[in-house]
Amino acid sequence: MNAREIPSAIRNGETTAKEVLETHLKAIQNREEEIHAFNLVMEEEARNEAERIDALAAKGEDPGPLTGIPIAIKDNICTQGVPTTCSSKILDGWRPPYDATIIERLRDAGAVIVGKTNLDEFAMGASTENSAFGPTRNPLDTTRVPGGSSGGSAAAVAAGFAPLAIGSDTGGSIRQPAALCGVVGVKPTYGRVSRYGLVAFASSLDQIGPFAETVADAALLLEVISGHDPLDTTSIPEPPLDLSTALTQGVEGLRIGVIDELSGGAIEGISDDVLGCLEDAVQALTSAGAIVERTSVPSTVYGLSAYYVIAPAEASSNLARYDGVRFGPRVDAKTTSEMMVATRTAGFGDEVKRRIMLGTYALSAGYYDAYYGKSQKVRTLIMNDFANAYKKYDLLLSPTAPTTAFPLGDKTEDPLQMYLQDICTISSNLAGHPAMSVPFGKGTDGLPVGIQVLASAMDEHTMFRAGAVLEASNQGKS
Amino acid sequence: MNERISRDDVAHVARLACLSLTDDELDSFTSQLADILEHAADLDALELEEIEPTAHPLPLANVLRDDEPGAVADREAFLASAPQVENNQFKVPPALGDPS
Repeated sequence: MNAREIPSAIRNGETTAKEVLETHLKAIQNREEEIHAFNLVMEEEARNEAERIDALAAKGEDPGPLTGIPIAIKDNICTQGVPTTCSSKILDGWRPPYDATIIERLRDAGAVIVGKTNLDEFAMGASTENSAFGPTRNPLDTTRVPGGSSGGSAAAVAAGFAPLAIGSDTGGSIRQPAALCGVVGVKPTYGRVSRYGLVAFASSLDQIGPFAETVADAALLLEVISGHDPLDTTSIPEPPLDLSTALTQGVEGLRIGVIDELSGGAIEGISDDVLGCLEDAVQALTSAGAIVERTSVPSTVYGLSAYYVIAPAEASSNLARYDGVRFGPRVDAKTTSEMMVATRTAGFGDEVKRRIMLGTYALSAGYYDAYYGKSQKVRTLIMNDFANAYKKYDLLLSPTAPTTAFPLGDKTEDPLQMYLQDICTISSNLAGHPAMSVPFGKGTDGLPVGIQVLASAMDEHTMFRAGAVLEASNQGKS
Repeated sequence: MNERISRDDVAHVARLACLSLTDDELDSFTSQLADILEHAADLDALELEEIEPTAHPLPLANVLRDDEPGAVADREAFLASAPQVENNQFKVPPALGDPS
């Protein structure tokens, strides 16, 4: 059953929230040991919530648009009284004293939270191998990574543990794992979804978004979590999205530009498999009536370099708060400053230390202009190039990730190779624009490929039109 | 190893970031950070003199809400998260003077 079929089936009495939940808990029981999608399965809380929803439905009340749908939450989103670790030892045992805004919205909509999913520590990575609690495996091939950093959420949906999941995307952390696990993943416009209660990594880039098995399910979830929140000063003062008409509208007459630089042009390393699927996606959109042509967005070539200065710079500041004073474990020492060094050294993993140091260096006296200042200017170039492209095109298109899912351990020794996984996705974060990954075709290894649909700020509606057409065409093929 | 960042630079940055590194870690981080900074050197080719920097994707302005009393943080809940507490305050080891 798709996520969007669950609420009406419960309201009609065809099933119950309890029954739906037990089916998913059973799936978790069968395969979680092998996959490790979760840091925590919230069996008891989920059962209580399902009972509450069934009681409401039995009284003829509507528990909301997500009635009884099980959902998995990335473990960098605060849940009151429930451990929130960011897959880091430095938050081991911490129980947030408040809920993130989206957690309240999900509960108010009748969703049933089944657990907190694994991630690369503090969302820094592209394979979920940087988790302090061990890697997540790709449910489609357990010798491969699920992508990252929201690998646990992507794997939870791909393995049938939950039909919906929440992730966060700072440089591709929703879209790339969605591509590698063969599910739909959406990074909304910056500010579309409240970040209140999302543990900060790079505040000018972070955005929460949905994972789902289908484009329609992703739309349903995004509608619920979007909309203004006074608790997040960067929240856009707009009502929640209504994407219902986008799903059936088609792409007739839409102008779509394929970003040449990311599609076999200037940037190397995009596999032939992936480029083949992109060609098929272009054909599918053309057949559906869109006008598709190659176009240049030149500064996307520089996105990776700018991102790997800006994101660590913001992270080095955001992660200064983990000092053993107010929350998390402490390593005792004679003085406060020794205690802080000991706590941070024991609590952070290598990738987090690497990025904190990279960001600290890029912001330090003598290097600020050469790295951070320059990267901020490149960010302007990228925004200008996108603005030019959207004068001519309604949407842009590219691969989501350079390759299909790669083997565990493949890139852990070479951070730069891992960073290159984000090459197609990070420009949308730098610009603050929405983008989504839709499964389209498979590589010669039989693993799924994701196609990325990019839209201008606030235009999720047009993006979902193309997403729905790609999905329908992909299902027609298989 | 290239010259983008030296071992001494990395040691200095680690101190600024309140991290302690072993000798082996210093070696590996130096080489990895140098690789990353070397990749970022492709930006050197760009003509950026006339370009304004962007710090944020949105045109941010200060947001003020109405000054009305609402729910406040629960002191007990926040103190319960801390490793050490005394008299309703966070407690840390000595910050000044000789710790003996």
